Amino acid sequence: MHDIAQVASNFINLDIMTISYLFFVGFVGGLVSGFIGSGGAFVLTPAMMSLGVPGLVAVASNMCHKFPKALIGSIKRAKYGQVDVKMGIVLGISAEAGVLYGAHIQESIKKSFGEAGSNLYVSVAFVVILAIVGGFVLYDAWKTYKSGNTNEEEKVTKLALWVQSINIPGTMVYFKCLNAKISVLFTIPLGFATGMLAATIAVGGFIGVPAMIYVLGAPSLLASATELVIAFVMGLGGSFKFALHGLVDIRLAMIILAGSLFGIQLGAIGTTYVKPFMIKVVMGTIMVIVLFSRGLMVPVYLSELGLIQTLSEGTVKIMKNTSFGIMITALLLGAFIVLRAMWQGKKAEQLATQEAYEHGKI
Amino acid sequence: MSHSNVKRKPVGKMVLMGVISVTLYALLLLKQDVINEYIGQGGMYAFLPIITAFLFSFVHGTFTGDFWTVMGVEAAKKKKEVK
Repeated sequence: MHDIAQVASNFINLDIMTISYLFFVGFVGGLVSGFIGSGGAFVLTPAMMSLGVPGLVAVASNMCHKFPKALIGSIKRAKYGQVDVKMGIVLGISAEAGVLYGAHIQESIKKSFGEAGSNLYVSVAFVVILAIVGGFVLYDAWKTYKSGNTNEEEKVTKLALWVQSINIPGTMVYFKCLNAKISVLFTIPLGFATGMLAATIAVGGFIGVPAMIYVLGAPSLLASATELVIAFVMGLGGSFKFALHGLVDIRLAMIILAGSLFGIQLGAIGTTYVKPFMIKVVMGTIMVIVLFSRGLMVPVYLSELGLIQTLSEGTVKIMKNTSFGIMITALLLGAFIVLRAMWQGKKAEQLATQEAYEHGKI
Repeated sequence: MSHSNVKRKPVGKMVLMGVISVTLYALLLLKQDVINEYIGQGGMYAFLPIITAFLFSFVHGTFTGDFWTVMGVEAAKKKKEVK
């Protein structure tokens, strides 16, 4: 407890530059989260740590900005009819269990292999999961784009049709976003995996959203909006757990929230202008770029653990900075795609309205 | 002219929520030492950051929502028809 108190007293000094930096990163993170349901957190935690915030305080403060942000985002998207609250709560509760278990695994790894071992585990989890899931999401978006069917309704995958066809008495629940009943025995492990990933790499949505789309059969727009409910449930529980130990720096959390609430509203509005496959484009692109960012760090941690030849201090510094730079690039690129798609959608709508008006006059 | 074009923008509400939001942030930063001291203790004070987050999200969330509306950034009217 003494250690915790020591960490808690280690709140950094804030100046105008730090506040502006956190506000901006919060805004971009919020923009992406409002659009794809998650994201941003993977940059925010290292961004805070780069300011000298201790790791645990950064994770706790990030979580404390995440749940109010997700709340506002989900309310906004619920207005557009994109949220399945029941699905969000059911997945959110099992995700909470996943967070606790994921944190426990993290602690065990840290105890056995130290800080470098823990970092290696996180980076390998990043690379493996993002390579498989991110690659698949991006490939699927590409396939849709090439087929020219971007305006058509998304097809439910064979796997999801199978999941929806299984009837296990006593476990069946109707979900609005699927317009079908499925067994909670399928949702529990998916929620759990989402939580575990959130505890490991801070972005559970990289599992949650694709799982809802490809395994359960939810449309992309509804899956990404429902992810915000999951993030709210997970974030609220997680924030309280960290707050019990006095680890939340509420100033950091609220400054990031100031920016991210501007962003999340904009991202949510953006979803009403784009074709559903754009959700997959943004998500897949971010996931694949972040993969390289974390992949670059693997040799650094392997070297720290003595598993490969020791890297020079200069090399480690270059690799760390490059890795952080790639992560920021991923987020900025995601934000750019969202804004561009939104701009094009708005222009198309204005044009259609103008044409209809002129046509009406003739 | 369509009716949506004459819809009034929530300027007054935006300004009010903006002022409350700025006040809350000013208080948070001006009283940061006291706030950190309490929140840093954890335990029963764990409710403080949670309540703060809810309060800020309500006030600032309403303000940012109205901000985009006043700026003319609103959801697509007929999403399905947007190509």
